[in-house]
Amino acid sequence: MIYIPNTDADRAAMLATVGVATVEELFHDVPEAYRFPSLQLPPPLSEMEVLRELEALASENDDLHHLACFLGAGAYYHFVPSIVDFILQRSEFFTAYTPYQPEISQGTLQAHFEYQSMICALTGMEVANVSHYDGATATAEAVIMALQVTRGKRTKVVLSPTLHPQYRAVVRTYTQGMGLQLVGDGDPLAMESSAAEELAALASLVDGQTACLIFQNPDFLGRLYTPAEMQALAGQVHAAGALFVVAVDPISLGLFVPPGRYGADIVVGEGQALGNPISFGGPYLGFFAMKMADVRKSSGRIVGQTVDAEGRRGFVLTLSTREQHIRREKASSNICSNQALNALAAAIYMAAMGKHGLRTVAELCYHKAHYAADLIARLPGYQVLSGRPFFKEFVVRCPRPVSLINQALLEDYGILGGYDLGQDYPELSGHMLLCVTEMNTREEIEELAEALAEIAGRPQEVV
Amino acid sequence: MGEPLIYEISRPGRQAVALPTCDVPQTPLPEGCIRDELPLPEVSEVDLVRHYVHLSHMNHAVDTGFYPLGSCTMKYNPKVNEAAARLPGFAALHPLQPPSSTQGAMALMYELQCMLAEIGGFAGVTLQPAAGAHGELTGVLIMRKYLHDQGETHRHVILVPDSAHGTNPATTSMSGLKVVEVPSDRRGNVDLAALKSLLDIHGPNLVGMMLTNPNTLGLFDEHITEVIRMVHDAGGLMYGDGANFNAILGIVKPGELGFDVLHYNLHKTFSTPHGGGGPGSGAVGVVEKLVDYLPGPIVVRQEAEGADIYQWHMPARSIGRVKAFHGNFGVLVRAYTYIRMLGAEGLRAVSENAVLNANYLQARLRGVYPIPHGDRTCMHEFVAQGIIKGAAEIRTLDIAKRLMDFGFHPPTVYFPLIVPEALMIEPTETESKETLDAFADALIQIADEARTNPELLKTAPHRAPLRRLDEVRAAKELILCYGGCAA
Repeated sequence: MIYIPNTDADRAAMLATVGVATVEELFHDVPEAYRFPSLQLPPPLSEMEVLRELEALASENDDLHHLACFLGAGAYYHFVPSIVDFILQRSEFFTAYTPYQPEISQGTLQAHFEYQSMICALTGMEVANVSHYDGATATAEAVIMALQVTRGKRTKVVLSPTLHPQYRAVVRTYTQGMGLQLVGDGDPLAMESSAAEELAALASLVDGQTACLIFQNPDFLGRLYTPAEMQALAGQVHAAGALFVVAVDPISLGLFVPPGRYGADIVVGEGQALGNPISFGGPYLGFFAMKMADVRKSSGRIVGQTVDAEGRRGFVLTLSTREQHIRREKASSNICSNQALNALAAAIYMAAMGKHGLRTVAELCYHKAHYAADLIARLPGYQVLSGRPFFKEFVVRCPRPVSLINQALLEDYGILGGYDLGQDYPELSGHMLLCVTEMNTREEIEELAEALAEIAGRPQEVV
Repeated sequence: MGEPLIYEISRPGRQAVALPTCDVPQTPLPEGCIRDELPLPEVSEVDLVRHYVHLSHMNHAVDTGFYPLGSCTMKYNPKVNEAAARLPGFAALHPLQPPSSTQGAMALMYELQCMLAEIGGFAGVTLQPAAGAHGELTGVLIMRKYLHDQGETHRHVILVPDSAHGTNPATTSMSGLKVVEVPSDRRGNVDLAALKSLLDIHGPNLVGMMLTNPNTLGLFDEHITEVIRMVHDAGGLMYGDGANFNAILGIVKPGELGFDVLHYNLHKTFSTPHGGGGPGSGAVGVVEKLVDYLPGPIVVRQEAEGADIYQWHMPARSIGRVKAFHGNFGVLVRAYTYIRMLGAEGLRAVSENAVLNANYLQARLRGVYPIPHGDRTCMHEFVAQGIIKGAAEIRTLDIAKRLMDFGFHPPTVYFPLIVPEALMIEPTETESKETLDAFADALIQIADEARTNPELLKTAPHRAPLRRLDEVRAAKELILCYGGCAA
């Protein structure tokens, strides 16, 4: 049997040692009426056959190697250097478990210590853990941590309406049994207001009952808020004794002032863009960075430096007294598995790019996105909403329903169009969120603009 | 000399990746927003490769040696899984693409939902949870919401056995519910008398019970149907922690036994690699009455013009999303590949051989180390104690560290909490008799060394990359970042 080395002779010898005649006897504790049910599964396949089946399934999908991708909205098609997957696939990393036995897990532990260090460098924070499941659950864990830091006495959380809609949804799911009041994201967006007016309105929701305010920068609509604007918001949040949580695109931090420089208490985000394939939504990693003073209130695995019995530098999982396997029902989070391998990919990516490479990637995204926005702004019927600086995503008002435009882009041009914002913001019905990264060539961008123009010019009944 | 940190091999001006020059007109950068420093390392590609290869040499892994870590199911990870997950038609898909352009991926998810439902005996499955604990949170929130919808909003108690993983009580608290611990009986089962008196007190407030079966002692509860009946009679729901599913593939379906909810650990039972602690996948199966409460979107199949169309569907009474997008898809592809290769017969063989291997090891170690429930047939794992007659100063930790010198990863230690000096041993089905014998021989030799040369154990490991590490110092000094977190 595949993957099972025991031969019939082995089994016979082992059964004799155990003292039973058949393998079936080992299951006598299972109630007889339920024992050995039939499983209605397709028949087994050889490796050759299974690959043939999987290749057929894979080929039914239009993948990004064959499309020009202008879709982002929280999952991004960035370049992944070959070295990342090469290292990742080393069995010693790939097939290891959580490094609970540090003497024989130094590879994972040191790599994760370096990951923590680079996340701190990127975000401008003092401590980072070794990841949550994704950006959305990292955001929910930030809420839980804020409740802990404010000693469980505060019951209100302010969510920016331009925090990723799925992150907001996950925060609601996680906290449904906690008796919290989640505010800030129910009203229509005031797209015409200035950043100052908008942030003031948000800050006015923060009071003495508020545990934290969560803001995404650049926000879900791609808009960038300046460090000065963020610093002012942080000041108002802190004045109420609440925590300022910032969700951020890690690639943007190759270029922009990090949240640690403008008053963030917790910085979270989706780390997928750092060297992880887009992979239909997962596995990704949620990065999570904080201040040293709050680290004991956090959840998730953390690696610390120490020495061995001979005084040599080494690394161990530390502060585990916070975690569920020690604290059980008193733990603030139940997290156990993290996204260790994805964090390793992120570490390799950050080290490979280095300080100059990551900045280059961010600049390419910025310039290409602006070039695309400039071209589209000139098209009849389209309007780019660009009252604010933006990074790699921007909002376009379209002359036709977004779903119809996207269908035409996909079927007629092999272009994956932008995110239909009307799904989450009724007031932005007919608006598309376009994303441009370093992967998009000038030709692709120009073809997108031409395609959009052509589709807008089609007679109504054709689109 | 250990491997330097990546920052220590950094030299200004080095870079491992060449990037294209900008092919579009440049736009001025926004004022006041640009960072003046980015303290990432600067290394060349060859230095980077050597760095990580050197680090990898300091890891024990399934592919380098036996890894009998109880409750973690460190089985071999088939390489075909990796080929499958890396097909561009899977790895290069955007999660928000129109469903018309991802029908193959959605078909795979649909089929996996169905196969897991069949294996567990459930009516519906969500693939969204990212790990076992995430599946637990999902399951308990489903139970809570279902009961609330029945008007039972006062119910707030979850029973958790004293042998449970820490995630069970932590999940309960995180869901806003109260944990009541249930003791185990002399034979390692749920103590029925204690359960009855706890239900007399808490029955009216009961949300349900979380039970791992086989439990963390590696034992199949001898009164499982009775336990489930009692919980149901009290109006509660039965949650199954599927951490130990590797013992019961094709042996019993938890849904048929009466479990209402169960999470599967695809990274344990279904062979996807652990990657140093993750990613996992904690798919959740539920009985018919709870299908509408699953987090979504899940994949549904509809027929249109004679063809199958796969669509996203948010269940009507869903607890909501537990994660962005659709779950750890790459992990799902690997699990799907594994199930398709084994089929029903292969899956049953997995559990039969996992259980045989564990019983064989238990038989070989009986009399050498105390095995509190060694009189029973174990399932896929068993719990011994690191207590050696004539070597009173030797602890489980010493035995664990000494095992490293023999090239073995130690078993899970000091868990479950109800067994002092626990050594929890799970060999899995992918290990040969020769490996099991070598491991048993090592443990027998170590017991002997404990009496004749205890210092050898106390100072172990001797052949690992490092000697014992000072964990107390790590927690006290808190060096968590290169350069000491001077952000």
